[in-house]
Amino acid sequence: MTYRTFTRLAATTALAGLGGAAAAQEELNALVWCDHTDPALIEPFEEAHGVTVNLREYEGTGAALALLEQSRPGDWDVLVIDGIDVFRAIDAGILAALPEEELPTADFFPEVVMAENNSRDGVTYAVTEKFGYNTISYNANAVDPADMEDLTRVWSEAYDGRISIYDYYLPVMGLAAMAQGIDTAAIDAEALGPIGETLAEMRSRAASVAGVVAAQTALATGEVDIVVGGGEWLTAVLAEERPELTWTIPSQGAVRWTQSIGVLEGSENPDLALEFVKYIVSPEGQARLATSSCFWGMPANAAAGDVLTDEQKAVLRWDDQEDYLARTQLYPAPDTDLDIEMQDLWLNTLQQ
Amino acid sequence: MSAQTATIRGWGFLAPAVLWTLAFFIVPFVVMGAMSLATLDGRTLVWGLSLDNYRELAGQAYLARAIAVSLEITLTVTLVSVLLAYPLAWIIAYRVPPRWQRLVLLLAILPFWTSYVVRSYAWLLVLARDGVVNQTLMGLGLIAEPLTLANTRFATVTGFVHFFVMLLTLTIYANLVQLSPNYRKAAMDLGANAFQTFRHVILPLTLPGIMTGAFLTFVLCIGDYITPQILGGNTELTVPQVIMVQLGRRADFPLAAALAIVLMGIVTLAYLAMARWLRLDRL
Repeated sequence: MTYRTFTRLAATTALAGLGGAAAAQEELNALVWCDHTDPALIEPFEEAHGVTVNLREYEGTGAALALLEQSRPGDWDVLVIDGIDVFRAIDAGILAALPEEELPTADFFPEVVMAENNSRDGVTYAVTEKFGYNTISYNANAVDPADMEDLTRVWSEAYDGRISIYDYYLPVMGLAAMAQGIDTAAIDAEALGPIGETLAEMRSRAASVAGVVAAQTALATGEVDIVVGGGEWLTAVLAEERPELTWTIPSQGAVRWTQSIGVLEGSENPDLALEFVKYIVSPEGQARLATSSCFWGMPANAAAGDVLTDEQKAVLRWDDQEDYLARTQLYPAPDTDLDIEMQDLWLNTLQQ
Repeated sequence: MSAQTATIRGWGFLAPAVLWTLAFFIVPFVVMGAMSLATLDGRTLVWGLSLDNYRELAGQAYLARAIAVSLEITLTVTLVSVLLAYPLAWIIAYRVPPRWQRLVLLLAILPFWTSYVVRSYAWLLVLARDGVVNQTLMGLGLIAEPLTLANTRFATVTGFVHFFVMLLTLTIYANLVQLSPNYRKAAMDLGANAFQTFRHVILPLTLPGIMTGAFLTFVLCIGDYITPQILGGNTELTVPQVIMVQLGRRADFPLAAALAIVLMGIVTLAYLAMARWLRLDRL
C-alpha cells in the first residue's frame, strides 16, 4: 500500500466514521412533562430509529412558551402541553399541522379526543396523549372513605389540619366550583365570589399547599391524610407498596386533566418529530406513558388496554373510566383577564 | 512609566471587572427595570413606560403580606444564624487546637456538599409527624401527640438556619483568627474580665465579619425560592414564591420584573439601614 493510498483510505475511513457519527447523533429535542423522561418510554423509540431524544422538563405553560420564544426556530421539535392550553400555542403560531389521518384517534376514548381543543379551522395541531383526574386522594386507613364521596365533607372540621391542597389554582378552583354546583366551563368573574368562599374554607383546613412531590411525600409520611386536587397521578405509583393510599371521584364530580403532544413549527426534523408523536400515541407508547415512573395516568388511546397488564389496568381503574369520564369536567380554561382574576384570588387566599 | 501608560495599564486591569459587572449586573438590571415598565397584550410584550404593573401590585393584599413574610423570615434567620454561628466560630478559633481546626471547619461545612434541594427534602422528613424529631420527643415522653413542624414557618427557618450557620461560621472564624492575641492580653492586663474583654474588645473588632455574613445571609435568604417552597408548605408565600407564580402559567414577565424590582428595593433599604445604624462602612 502506497502512502497516498493509505492517506486516501484513512481519510475515507475518517469521513465514513464522521458520517456514521453524524447519523448516530441525529437528535430530537422535546419540551415535555416529567412522565416522558422515563427511559422505559424513550429508549425503545431511540433504538428503533437510531436517534437520541433530548428531553427538557418544564412546569407551567407560560414557562414553556417563554422558553420557545427565546429559542431559535428549529431548536425544539416536539412539545407536550396542557390540553386546555393548546389554543395558546396555536395562537402563538408555534405548532405545525399534524396529518390527522396518520393519528389513531379513532381508537381513543371519545371524551378525550378533544378536537375542539387540538385543532382549529379544520387543521389538527396536537393530539391528546394522556388524561386523568384532579380529585381527592386519601389514606383509607386514616379517614372515613364515605366522607371522601362528598366534597363538602372533605374540607369539613373533621379533617382540620389533615389536608394538603394541590398547588395549582385551575384544578383546585375547578373543584371548588363543582362543590358550589358551578360547571367548570361556566366559571366567570361572577362565579369567583362563591368559589373564593369555598377556597377560603378549604385553605383554613389545610396543613399545606403542595406540588406533586411534596403532596406525595405528605400523604406517604402521614403528614396529611387527604390531598385535594390529587388523583391517580399522585397515588398510582405507590399502589403496590401503600395500597391504602387511594383516590375517589366524589358525588359532585371532579376535574379532568389532559395533556397533548404536537410538532413544533420550524422543526429541523419534522418527519422524525411526527414519528415520535405517532409512537407516543401508539398502543405500546401509550402503555409505557401511562405507567411512567414519574406519574401514572390513563392513556388517551384505548387500544393501550391490549398492552397493559391486568394489574396495571386495575391500578388505573380501567373498567371505571366510562363512569369517571361521564362524571368529570374538563379543567377551567379561562381567557387572559379571567385567568388573572383567578390567580389573584388564589394568591390572596393562600396569604390569608 | 509615563502617567499615560500607567492610566492605560490601570484601565486594562480594571476592564475585566468593569465588563463583567456591566454584562452580568448593569445590563440585566436595566433590562429588568425596562421589563417592569412593559405590559402584556395577550402573549405580546408591549415595551413602554407604563406603571400599570406597580399599580397592580400596590392594590394586591397578597404582595404586602409576601413582603412582611419575607422580612420576618429573613430577619429571624439572620438573627438566629448569627447567635449560633458566633459561638461555633469562637470555639473553632480559640478552643480547638490549630492542627484540628481545618478538619473541624471541613466538618462544619460538610452539609454544603449535599444538594440544596435534597437537603430541604431531608429536613421535611426529619420534621414530619412521624419524623426523627417527633419520634424522639414522644419517646422521651415530652409530648403525647406529634407536633406540626413540617410545612410551617418553623421548618423554613430551620432549613435556612442550617445552611446559613455554616456560611456565617466561616466569615466570623476568618475574622476571629486574624485578631492578634495581644488585644485580649492587653484587656486582661488592664483588669477586664473575660466578658468585658469580649464585650468591649473582641465583639467590636469582629463586627465586620458578623456584618458581612449577616448581610450575605439577608440577601441570599430574602431572594431564596427553594427552601420556603419545599419546607414552608405554601401556607404563606414569600416574594420569590409570588414571582414564580407570575411566571409559571402566564409567563407574565413584566409583572414578575416589577416584583423583582420591589425585592431589590427591600434589599437596598436593608443595606442602607445597616450602613447607617451598624457602621457598615467599617467593612
